[in-house]
Parts: sequence; structure tokens; C-alpha cells
Amino acid sequence: MTLRTLSASTGEPVLEIENLQVDLPTRSGLLHAVRGIDLQVALGETVCIVGESGCGKSMTSLAIMGLLPDGARRRADRLAFSGRDLRGLSETEMSVLRGDRMAMIFQEPMTALNPVFTIGDQLMESLLRHRPIGRRAAREKAVDILERVGISGAGGRLGQYPHQLSGGLRQRIVIAMALICEPQLVIADEPTTALDVTIQAQILHLLKALQADIGMGMLFITHDLGLVSRIADRVVVMYAGEVVETGTVEDIFDRPAHPYTRGLLQCLPASGQGGPGARLGSIPGIVPSLIGSIEGCGFRGRCPAATQPCAQGSIAFASVGAGHDSRCLFAPDEIQLDWAAR
Amino acid sequence: MLAYVLKRLGVGALVMLTISALVFTLTNVAADPARTIAGEGATAADVEAVRLSYGFDRPIPVRYVEWLGGIVQGDLGDSYRQRRPVSTVVAERLPVTLTLGFLAFGLALATAIPLGIIAGLRPNSWIDRLALLFALVGQAMPTFWFALLGIVVFSVMLGWLPASGSSSMLHFVLPAVVLAYYATPTLMRLTRAGIIEVMQSDYIRTARAKGLSRSRVVLKHALRNAILPLVSVSAVQMGFMLGGSIVIETIFAMRGVGYLAWEAITYSDLPVVQAVVLVIAAIYVLLTLAADILNAWLDPRLRAR
Amino acid sequence: MTKKLPSSTAGGLLPIAAPDVIPPSSNPLARWLGHRSFVIGATGFGLIVFLALAAPLVTWHDPYAQDLMNRRVPPIWYGWFFDHAGATWNHPLGTDQLGRDYWARLVYGGRISIFIGVAATLMSGLIGTTLGIVAGYFGGRIDMLISFVITTRLTMPVILVALATVALLDSSLMVVTLVLGLLLWDRFAVVMRSVTMQVRTQDYITAARAIGCSTPRILLGEIIPNVAPAFIVIATIEMATAILYEAALSFLGLGVQPPLPSWGLMLAQAKDDIFFSPWMITLPGMALFLLLLSINLLGDGVRDLTAPGSR
Repeated sequence: MTLRTLSASTGEPVLEIENLQVDLPTRSGLLHAVRGIDLQVALGETVCIVGESGCGKSMTSLAIMGLLPDGARRRADRLAFSGRDLRGLSETEMSVLRGDRMAMIFQEPMTALNPVFTIGDQLMESLLRHRPIGRRAAREKAVDILERVGISGAGGRLGQYPHQLSGGLRQRIVIAMALICEPQLVIADEPTTALDVTIQAQILHLLKALQADIGMGMLFITHDLGLVSRIADRVVVMYAGEVVETGTVEDIFDRPAHPYTRGLLQCLPASGQGGPGARLGSIPGIVPSLIGSIEGCGFRGRCPAATQPCAQGSIAFASVGAGHDSRCLFAPDEIQLDWAAR
Repeated sequence: MLAYVLKRLGVGALVMLTISALVFTLTNVAADPARTIAGEGATAADVEAVRLSYGFDRPIPVRYVEWLGGIVQGDLGDSYRQRRPVSTVVAERLPVTLTLGFLAFGLALATAIPLGIIAGLRPNSWIDRLALLFALVGQAMPTFWFALLGIVVFSVMLGWLPASGSSSMLHFVLPAVVLAYYATPTLMRLTRAGIIEVMQSDYIRTARAKGLSRSRVVLKHALRNAILPLVSVSAVQMGFMLGGSIVIETIFAMRGVGYLAWEAITYSDLPVVQAVVLVIAAIYVLLTLAADILNAWLDPRLRAR
Repeated sequence: MTKKLPSSTAGGLLPIAAPDVIPPSSNPLARWLGHRSFVIGATGFGLIVFLALAAPLVTWHDPYAQDLMNRRVPPIWYGWFFDHAGATWNHPLGTDQLGRDYWARLVYGGRISIFIGVAATLMSGLIGTTLGIVAGYFGGRIDMLISFVITTRLTMPVILVALATVALLDSSLMVVTLVLGLLLWDRFAVVMRSVTMQVRTQDYITAARAIGCSTPRILLGEIIPNVAPAFIVIATIEMATAILYEAALSFLGLGVQPPLPSWGLMLAQAKDDIFFSPWMITLPGMALFLLLLSINLLGDGVRDLTAPGSR
């Protein structure tokens, strides 16, 4: 079953991004990790960014939070949170928003918690930072949020250290830490990747339930299409620092337009499209270098339908349906994708 | 934890036993205590008389057991030179050495940790390079030469600080600075490396994502983790400093255990030499144990041991 | 809508990783010559070793020849900056309290430092490496015993034990070298033990054992080449330590004996001249400082350049 239906978008945008770019200095030159992406998240809505590692999806989330590594540069035509421009904010002004109005859930529950402080200490920290309350009240809130993320014996957990808890429990703590101030936007960067399948399902259920409860917008970052189909309202497919396709979850799964998206879907074993001889689980070819500019379509090196025009200029978005755009020169039914031939 | 401490104490006792055996054998094989006591101008007959009256004619293992039995009861024998119990002589001198050691160590930490943090937060910046240069110079600087230069500048040329003695706190300034500079480079580099590593960790990103201020992220979340390796190294460094105090105390003529040891070695006052080696070794054992306990207190992951 | 999609573990994970953005450096020689501290350290150390070896060629006075008419001649720059009449190119670094040429004594003193450094390090390196590899390779009771020996050694105050031993036995260059060689093996043992433990669990050691290689063969053929970089790094540290300890022992009057021109001894003898002839403590100390600095830089360089992942 899908979890999507639980949430109802109110349509009020909490995050608006236009032409976001992130550059990272490396030894071999400036790496353009994010190459001008547009993105919108509304309150109550779940938007999934999906793509392979290195496609710029994590950099996008860090850029929104203002947590990019030292030396990285962020530019955007618009970067607004609840209508407020984030671009000119100082580190102090950002830190007032972070952990309070916008929060982040990280992917590695084993390392995302500080090993030398108790769970309670780390939970109460954001409350004490952002709310004018005392330790006693903070403690009550911490117990409350632990119960809401489904941790039994919450009071006793506060004195425990991260190493005393299982991975699933730790991820619940990480989620509790992000949600304790009831933010308007949560960015979840592969929050279930490190967990086993059963725990994964529990955590997804929990996130959706809390979303329905708090009404926050959620930007969910993953490389796992199977997971996307279960939680997303809208999907943004990223490849080599660009958005290649965007649409509702039905658009992406029922009517995929971009060859890359179609390739990804074919990699899913039960999708029924991979015939005999089709290679399971991978699209052949290599990702272009993100250093310098990419001429033409970034995916053409791996695309079976690539032709001469694909190598020139920059490929614009083409609408393939209402709210469904694809960055490809060809309409979906114009091209046949024979992956085995490549 | 208690079991661990007891086990460590047991190993420590075994180590001390081994060292005592080594020291006793060495001092009694390499030197002839009877000749030392009898003095320079003694005849062979005098030496033999001393040997018999002190019981030095008996085999070394027998004397070792006897000596060890005395130590267990707090009797370290008598100083050949001062003709007083060694325990009294050492106890008189210990405060100076411990004061010097703690002052120097405190100064080293007070320099190394802030410098290491600042350098580690901005690797390859000019301040980081300066800190590394400071460490590099400190590592190559022979303590006794640095001490002499300090005397030349601050005692002889400027006349600000006394060059010898240990009668006032002012006398401790120069020796403590010299000794501290000896320990600072290692501690500084370790703090720096720890901060660099920890600042890249996921939990620091989590702390920043909570909106904590930079100072809180660094001083609470990063520092506590970064200094964990510093604790056990600190114990070793303090041990080195106690050993190194023999050089410093001799140069500055401070009446501490190190100076006592130097005098005792020069005069072949073997019971004193044995005692000082044992006392410093015992302090080292206790320091490393204290470091382990402190580490367990700082790092909950170690408490399960 | 309900779309039946399988859970993610089977095939939804995308296997292609980000491209490697840092190309590995191609030329190993360029890499070593491009490392600043390695180059400075190697040059400094090489220069000092050269001067020490070529001592008779680069000096023109006997380092032991006293000239009581020319005592405490200041270095040449005293003539330039302070108009000191005594300064002469005949004694570019001046003379000591017995009129011996300071340049010659410094150069010949370098021989003592380098001899002690090399000899003591070879000895302690052999002892420590053997203990460390044996403990790390065999583990179990052997490891427990050797670890106890290492702990015992670490608990002994080195300078004190070295001083006492040298004083009780005989204050000579040979005894100092032997005592330091027998004492300074702890770091070799500790590091070699842990490196060996790591190497032992690698696949190629298991493979070597599986195809029936004998223990000594595995030790010599597989472990030793793998611990070699760590050995070199510790050897530089221990060489610096041995040189420093010899100087300290000699400075305290319980190491190398006069008239040998050990730098530590020169410092001790110059102590009383601090006020009127400060160069007499400045120069030997500076020589010692530069030698230790070169060795440390060399060691840092080797450590950086041989660290896994640096290539």
C-alpha cells in the first residue's frame, strides 16, 4: 500500500527555489555540483528528489539549510523559505531558522548522534536554543516527542547514550530531534538507507504520520525509486546536477518521459519492462564529469536514443503533460529505448 | 569498571615489581655499595668490614627480598650520603617536582588546546601554519638549551626572573615555561588533528542543523570528542615531564626529586637512586590509570569495559 | 492509486557512483620532490651528515688543540657588528674557554651525534621491531607477555635510568650508545605490533598461509615490506630522541666525557660563560636544534608521503 494518501497538501509554498547552483572547489577545478535547479515544496506535501549518488541531490539539501562545506558557493535567482529570502541571511540568522522552522534528518543514524552526550541532552538542545523554556519543560517536551516517534519507556531513554541503542531506535531519535520544534519544512536525506527493510517501512510510516500531524512540507532525498513510489506526492529526478524530469508520482511511474527516468524504472526488477537479456539494476555508461560545463544533454553518453542534436547547446524543458516536464528533445513516444544494444 | 580498575592496578603492581627487581639488580651489580659507603680512601680491609656489617656479602636475591619487604612497609633504606631515611629525603623533595610538573603541564594544556582548536578549525590558514611552526620549533628545541637561552635573556640580560633555586613561585616561572614548551607540540598537534577530524563528522553537521551557535558546536560537540585521545597521551607526556625534570631541576638548581637524583647518581648514593626511579615509575602508573578513568568518564562507550 | 512496487533492497538501488574528481598524481619522484618539509628536512640532514663525514676536509684546526693565548675568541660577525677586534676568519665561529676552534669542534661533534643517532636507532629498531612483529603476528600469550614488557619499559623514566646506568657502568660513548639503544625501542614495538596486527588480517596473508607458506617466510616476505614505511618514520623520531638524550646526558656530565666535542658537553662547559660569551651556548644549541629540526621534517615528510591514500 502507499503512504501518500495520508497527507494532504494545503498548497501554500514553504520552499521556493529557482535556478539554484552550487559550486565546489576541487583540486582539478571548480565542480558544478548543482547546475540550476527549480524546486517547490508546499506545506503538507512530500517532494522526492531522486537520482544516483553524485547527482547533486545532497548538495541541494545542504544548500537550502546553509550547511554546505567550507569553500562551496551557492547562487540562486530565488531561494525563499515561507516567503522569506534566505540568500542574504547571515550565519546567525540562518541558525535561528535551522532546527526550529526548517530541520534536517540525516542518513547515518550510527554517526549522526554525538557519541559522548545523552539522548536527552541532544534532544533538549534545540528546544533550549529556540524556545524560551527551562530544562524541566524541555525535558517534558523531549519525553513527549520520543513517545510520538514511537519509543517506549521514553523517560528512561533520555539518560542513555547513542551506542546503547539499535540503529532503528537511533533513527527515531534523529527524527525526534528534527521534529521537536515542529518545523514547517523537513529535509530528509536518505533517512532509511542504513536501515533494514522492516525498520525502513516503520520509519516511513512514522514520517508520514508525523507529517499529517504537524503539517510540514517534506523534501525527501533518495536514490531508491521503490521508496519514492510509496511516499511522494511529486517527484524531481536529478541527473548530473540538473533536474531532468519532474511531475507527480503518477506521471513519473505511469508515464515516464525522460530516457533516464525510464532507464531507472526498468532497473526495478518487478516493473515488467526488462525483457530477457536486459541487465538488471544498472544503466550502462558513465556519468559525465561535473567539472566545467556540459555541452548538450548530460545523459546522452548513456542514452540509447541519443542523436546528433543531443550533443549541442543546452536542452530545455519540454512539457509532456500538466505539471509534467522532461528535459529531452524527443517526446516519449518518439523514441525506442533498447538498453541491451548499448 | 571497578573490575577494570582492579585489573589495571594488578598489572601496575606487577610492572612495579619488575622495575624494582631490575633497578635493584642493576645498582648492585654495576656498583659496589660497600666501596661507596667506605669512601674514597678506604683500604680493602675497611671495605670488607663494611660489606660484612651491611650484609652485602649475601646473594642479591636474598637482599632483594629483604629490600622489597622494607619498601612494602614504607622503608626505602638509608641514604649513604645523608645518613637519613630515603623516604624522608624523597618526601622533602617531592613537592618542588610536583609543583613544577603541574604548573608546566597546566601551561602546556592552556597553550596547546586553544591553539590546536584555532588551527584545526582553519587548516592551512596563516594561523594554522604559525601554530604548526610553533610546534615544529618546540619539537626540535632541546630543553636544556632552551633553558639556558631563557636564563640568558630573562635572568642575565633583563634581570626579571631568578636563574636558580626554588624558594619562591617566581623561581618556577622560567622552568615551567621551558618544560611546558617541551610538551606543547605533541598536545597541540593532537588537538588540531582531532578537531579537523571531528569537524567533518556527521554529528557536527547534526549539531549545526539544530541551529546551535558556532561556539557551542565547537566547544561542546567537537571539543569533547577531539580531546579524547589527548587524555591518555597527556599521562604519557606528564611521565616524560617528570623524567625531564631531572634536566630542568639541575639547570635551575631547584631542590626537587630530579636534582636529588642527579646528586645521588653523581655520589653513587644507590638507595636514593633506586627510590627516585621507583617513585617516578609509581606516579606514572597512577597517572595512566587516572587517564583511563577520566577517559571512561568522558567517553560513555568505554564505560562498558 | 496503489502501485505495486517491490521494496527497495532488490533492485531499486542505483549502483553507479560519482566520478572520481581527483586524478592521482602520476610521477612519484615529482611527488617526493614537491613535498616541502621532506625536501627541507632531507637537505638539512644531508648537509649535516656531509659536514660530519667530511670533517677533516672542511675544518683547518684540530678540534682538541688548545691555544691558551686565543681563548674565547668571538665569532666573525662580532667583528662586523660590534667592532670586536678579536674576531678573525681563522676562527669563523670563535674559540672556546681553552682556545679550541669552535667550528672544528662543532663539525666533529656532529659526528658524535650522528653516530649515536644511527647506532642507537639501529639497535633499538632491531629490538623493538622484532618484539612488535612477534607480538602482533602470534598474538595470545606471547602478545600478552611482550605487551607487559613494553608497559614495563614505558613506565621506567628513561633519562633517569639512562643517567644512572651510564654513570654506574662507565661514562663513555660506547656505553651511552648501548644504553640508549637498549632503552629506546618502545615506540618501534608499539607501532610495529599494531601494524603487524592489521597486516596479518589482510587477504594476501591468509592467501600466503593457505598456499602453505611457512611462518618465517610470511614474516619476511609479506609483513616486513608492509611495515617498512612505519619503520622509517619511527626511526627518524627515535634518532632525534637518541641524539637529544645523548646531548642531555653529556650536558649533565654523565654522558660522553671531555675532551670529546659532544654538543651537549660543549653546552655544559659554556654554562659559566653565559654572560660574556653567549655565542658559546648559542652555537652548539643551534647545531643541535637544526639537526633535530631536519630529522623531524624528514620524518614528517616520509609519514605524509607513505600514508595510505596519499597517492
